[in-house]
Amino acid sequence: MLIILPLLIPLAMGIGALIRFREVRRGVVVIGTFLNMLVCLTLLLGLQAGGMYVSQMGGHPAPYGISIVVDTLSAVMLAVTSVIAFGVVLFSRVTIDANRERFAYYPLLAFLLMGINFAFLTGDLFTLYVAFEVMLMSSFVLLTLGGERGQLEGGLKYVTLNLISSTIFLIAVGLTYAVAGTLNLADLSRRLSGIEAPGITTLLAGLFFIAFGIKAAIFPLFFWLPASYHTPPIAVTAMFGGVLTKVGIYSMWRVLGMVFPQDLVYLQPLILTIAALTMVTGVLGAIAQTEVRRLLSFHIISQIGYLLMGMGLMTEISLSGAVFFMVHVILAKTVLFFVSGITHEVQGSYYLKKLGGFQKSHPLVAILFLVGALSLAGIPPLPGFWAKLTLIRAGLEAQQYGIVAVALVVSLLTLYSMTKIWHEVFWKAKPLDIDPHPQPLPTTWRGELKPSPLAPLPDGLQRDTEGKVGMIHHAPTDPILRETLEKHVPVNPEGEGSEDQGGGAPFGDRIGFLKSTFDDQGRMGWLLAPTILLVVCIIVIGIFAEPMYQISVQAAVGVLEPEAYVQTVLFPGE
Amino acid sequence: MTRSVFFKFLARLMMPVLLLFSLVLLLRGHNQPGGGFVGGLVGASSIVLMTLAYGADDVRARLRIDFLRAMFYGVGIALVAGLIGLIFGDAFQDAFWWKPYIQGVGRLEAGTPLLFDVGVYVVVFSVTCSIVMSMAEEGERDDVG
Repeated sequence: MLIILPLLIPLAMGIGALIRFREVRRGVVVIGTFLNMLVCLTLLLGLQAGGMYVSQMGGHPAPYGISIVVDTLSAVMLAVTSVIAFGVVLFSRVTIDANRERFAYYPLLAFLLMGINFAFLTGDLFTLYVAFEVMLMSSFVLLTLGGERGQLEGGLKYVTLNLISSTIFLIAVGLTYAVAGTLNLADLSRRLSGIEAPGITTLLAGLFFIAFGIKAAIFPLFFWLPASYHTPPIAVTAMFGGVLTKVGIYSMWRVLGMVFPQDLVYLQPLILTIAALTMVTGVLGAIAQTEVRRLLSFHIISQIGYLLMGMGLMTEISLSGAVFFMVHVILAKTVLFFVSGITHEVQGSYYLKKLGGFQKSHPLVAILFLVGALSLAGIPPLPGFWAKLTLIRAGLEAQQYGIVAVALVVSLLTLYSMTKIWHEVFWKAKPLDIDPHPQPLPTTWRGELKPSPLAPLPDGLQRDTEGKVGMIHHAPTDPILRETLEKHVPVNPEGEGSEDQGGGAPFGDRIGFLKSTFDDQGRMGWLLAPTILLVVCIIVIGIFAEPMYQISVQAAVGVLEPEAYVQTVLFPGE
Repeated sequence: MTRSVFFKFLARLMMPVLLLFSLVLLLRGHNQPGGGFVGGLVGASSIVLMTLAYGADDVRARLRIDFLRAMFYGVGIALVAGLIGLIFGDAFQDAFWWKPYIQGVGRLEAGTPLLFDVGVYVVVFSVTCSIVMSMAEEGERDDVG
């Protein structure tokens, strides 16, 4: 009963989120994702002693019907995703504009969540494909919702490459059915592990590897990700960047690890090489970026390399390290995206050059960023350290020194690029808003300029009406910031200058000002709350690394030794 | 664009037939070829025919259905059909049947799978209509401009 709920809650939420009243709609998604989180955490806690939950859709027995299976790995993924989803919904409240909200933003988010949860829940290869499609359809629309130029351009690449991946996936599913006569994962694992036709299973494993690899953005197939992930609103980017690619990796573990273990051994050198290249290209790409979202997008790729490394080594300890890493990276990445959303909300830019001074103006945000960034780089006692430690130990035990060296160097480079953000956004003073090539001021912006009575001033400076020299305030190019500023900063269409604003300000304006600061604090609260929630999760996992590690081991064993899975799904009575 | 009188007449003639046929497909779907998906497509084709004959604006004004909303109602119906099985039976989408004998008609068979199919019918019908309508409106706008 409980295990179908992560599927049904988002579905009901998607329907409920179409209610006409905006506040009700928002309430539905907040409550829905919260319930979903409770259910998923309950599932995870229930599995602490081992075992798994199985349910057969429609009551049809296992190889014929569709099995819904929650083992430890699924439960871990569900739990992390549910926390992220709750955070993203809170974060969406102020970062998603009314127009997007009207065009079914929340229902789409709900269906995206449904697709993701479905992928974690299902124990059937074809249903996994369906789950991917549900997920992709919603993500296509979410990515292009709003129809900005960059969004459509990125969306095109995203759609094309993901459709290719889906096609390969479907072909592989069809071939698997032709070979094994079943698509139930438990049944497949039982039948294919004994098959004496290594060529065919290796081909299938390769096809699945490519199909999931495109979704997970591994080395030569990742180009859609940096092209598209920075284009939608930051809440969507956070959801995508946090969870979507990881579904690809999860499926890889699940399908390749459970059904094609012997082919994984055969493919090991290839997988490890790709893992190393993914890490290196991702982090080098990130270092070259100057836009926060693009930088973080490249980091997603780099982190995928670690997850792949865990699978490539294919030992119990390496896979548990990878599961641990998965949990940590989903949380840390989303925190970083959230923080970049907050900095954008405050200073109206995603460019490192234009941001600055947050350590002084928003110390709390600085701390939140620091936790996420240091965890990503792998500084103890944060979870990133434990995860990387486990992975590296596994690499040393398997005597794969090359990948270990790469992983360590990439960690250092990750730290370097996090330092870059830290320096540019938090340490450095806010850069003066001087445009090297000033354009004529728009007349609606702060009134018209009076012709200067004195000698011309240097570029970027102006005299106000009293003759004082000050900086020219250019209208920000970013539409959101301009909208906010126009709302809060009074505009003088008559061009009266600053005289009227001082003494004779009407009382109403002051109330308006108070109200606007109050609103700003409310906005900030909606942004900070989910970020703090995730940061607390990261710290808790870092402190209680031992139980988390136990869960990871349990998850890894569930994949590497699928006998229990097969037994529970196929022969529930015995 | 002027529309042919013959086409308009034929479309009016075909529309009820298509709608009825779609319902037949829907109802026999559990045991024979058919079902909510095919039924929904055939049902939508009647609306498509009317759109081609009379134009999207006219059809929209007469139908007065918000297709996006209808789509979600359809999903809701399907969800309820599945939930009945979950709450009163063993698993999600567990089937429940109601088979009353009606004098002079025969045995009626209704159950949650049928309800699920109705939901699918509504979804497919409204999605198809909404896609075709917006494409038709686009085309009409292009004709004007």
